[in-house]
Amino acid sequence: MPPHAQPRVPQPSNGKSRRQDSVPKPKQRPDTFRKPVSTADTGSHHHQRPPRLTVRICLRKSGEQVHILGCEVSEEEFRAGFDSSINSRLVYYDFFRDPLNWAQTGEALPGGPLGALQAMCERTDPGPVTVALDSLSWLLLRLPCAALCQALCAMSRQHACRGGGPAAEQLCVLGLLHRELHGPGPMGALSSLAQTEVTLSGTAGQASAHILCRRPRQRPTLETLWFSVLPDLSLDLQGGPPLESQPHPDPHTPQVDPASHLTFNLHLSKREREAKDSLTLPFQFSSEKQQALLRPGPGPATSRIFYEPDVFDDLDPEDPDGDLDV
Amino acid sequence: MFPELNNLLNTTPDRAEQGKLTLLCDANTDGSFLVHHFLSFYLKANCKVCFVALIQSFSHYNIVGQKLGVSLTVARECGQLVFLEGLKSSVDVFFRAQAEPHPLQFLREANAENLQPLYEFVREALKPVDDGDAAWRCPVLLVDDLSVLLSLGMGAVAVLDFIHYCRATVCWERKGNIVALVHDSGDTEEEENNILLNGLSHQSHLILRAEGLATGFCRDVHGQLRILWRTPSQPTTQRDRSLTYQYKIQDKSVSFFAKGMSPAVL
Repeated sequence: MPPHAQPRVPQPSNGKSRRQDSVPKPKQRPDTFRKPVSTADTGSHHHQRPPRLTVRICLRKSGEQVHILGCEVSEEEFRAGFDSSINSRLVYYDFFRDPLNWAQTGEALPGGPLGALQAMCERTDPGPVTVALDSLSWLLLRLPCAALCQALCAMSRQHACRGGGPAAEQLCVLGLLHRELHGPGPMGALSSLAQTEVTLSGTAGQASAHILCRRPRQRPTLETLWFSVLPDLSLDLQGGPPLESQPHPDPHTPQVDPASHLTFNLHLSKREREAKDSLTLPFQFSSEKQQALLRPGPGPATSRIFYEPDVFDDLDPEDPDGDLDV
Repeated sequence: MFPELNNLLNTTPDRAEQGKLTLLCDANTDGSFLVHHFLSFYLKANCKVCFVALIQSFSHYNIVGQKLGVSLTVARECGQLVFLEGLKSSVDVFFRAQAEPHPLQFLREANAENLQPLYEFVREALKPVDDGDAAWRCPVLLVDDLSVLLSLGMGAVAVLDFIHYCRATVCWERKGNIVALVHDSGDTEEEENNILLNGLSHQSHLILRAEGLATGFCRDVHGQLRILWRTPSQPTTQRDRSLTYQYKIQDKSVSFFAKGMSPAVL
């Protein structure tokens, strides 16, 4: 388990968890909560991982009160799979049935998605509480990014003001993001707000979580966990990456010498190798040649040509250039 | 319906699941045979079907349906099928008084923000009948297809909102099913279509993806079908199961076989 983690970590949520200091430090940004940005999928069309499930997994471990803004699934579907002890700790805000108030029944949460976020914050008791947004992608598609970031900041600020008390990290916000639905701008903005980012990939049977944790005044840490999701929503942490994904070189395969079974000899004996190494190439400007040119030897300066004419040669002793007045 | 596809999906008209969203997706090929399959499947399962058909005419679906053993004309007359023929009724929008609501009203408005009239049409069409005996098994919404709504000027979020409300009403409230077709152009620059496809993929319980063969056209293998079960609500070992088959479309049926096992090459 990562040493920095809260008791509920590992948090293999496709979401972002945000921690916030209860007393904002004046020298830093006023809203010191951060939200981890997590990516649900690696861009494949086969969305093989139920992100909601991972939100529910970390909620299962939490000992605090948990508030959920449910936009993507119905309350029944969300609560399915949890036992009654966990369900009694979940406070569900149903934003699934009529999020845009099309039914005009008056039952919808007023103020739209932003109003719902604010209402959630007002209803949370002071003290440690976890707020899960299922999903942040749903909100980000329908709200301007800046407004959403400001609302998230305001949530933590309001909770800090109500909570009072010196206890740090009272409000934890988990947000679920599907990376392929958003551009780099909004992702970067939310990422900068997050204190922990959990990026999930793989399937439920073999998933990996890359956890980037940024705490104030500490170096960011990056850790990778491999796990699988069990039917009762618990996690089975595995030691390393699954074996099938790593290509192992076969240690028993002998190295084959390509020059071993030829009809001609490509090898050199020791003497041949020494002769080859000591050979000076004719057009190579070695230091010996340089010295020979600098110091003219005692022999004739010009080279001499020895020529033996045969019967077909027609030697004319006269100088062909003799009539030139040179 | 295609019996071989039923076997692959492990379902029959008698044992059709309820409360599910099925996403049909095609890439580099025509996936409309899946639409015809589900239309005939749910009509044979005695479900009340609302078909939002924006691509082809009624007679086209009827002719194909007759090959598959269902008569859309009879189903429409006895009230089992509510058919919104997009090609015909889109013209009616312009010849109606503006005050009257029309499901395709967004065609007329310059800045249509949402598809609420279309959702109201679906909700009205699949309203449960107030008799003592339920005449039909469960409501089903079939949409062919959602990508054309993007071409007609709606944004991806508006289409996602429409499907969201349909899910809330048809799947959750009335325990029915939704089947929708979305095209995948494979073009990363088509942001709206990618947002729609990816957004729906996260909400679907079952994804059927028909792809053309990577090597090109083949006379004996028309494409490849990937089946992905996502059932997020049931944490069973069946979750995230994925199968791939190749298929050949014939006159009245579609035959499926494992990759490389086409009868033509065996």
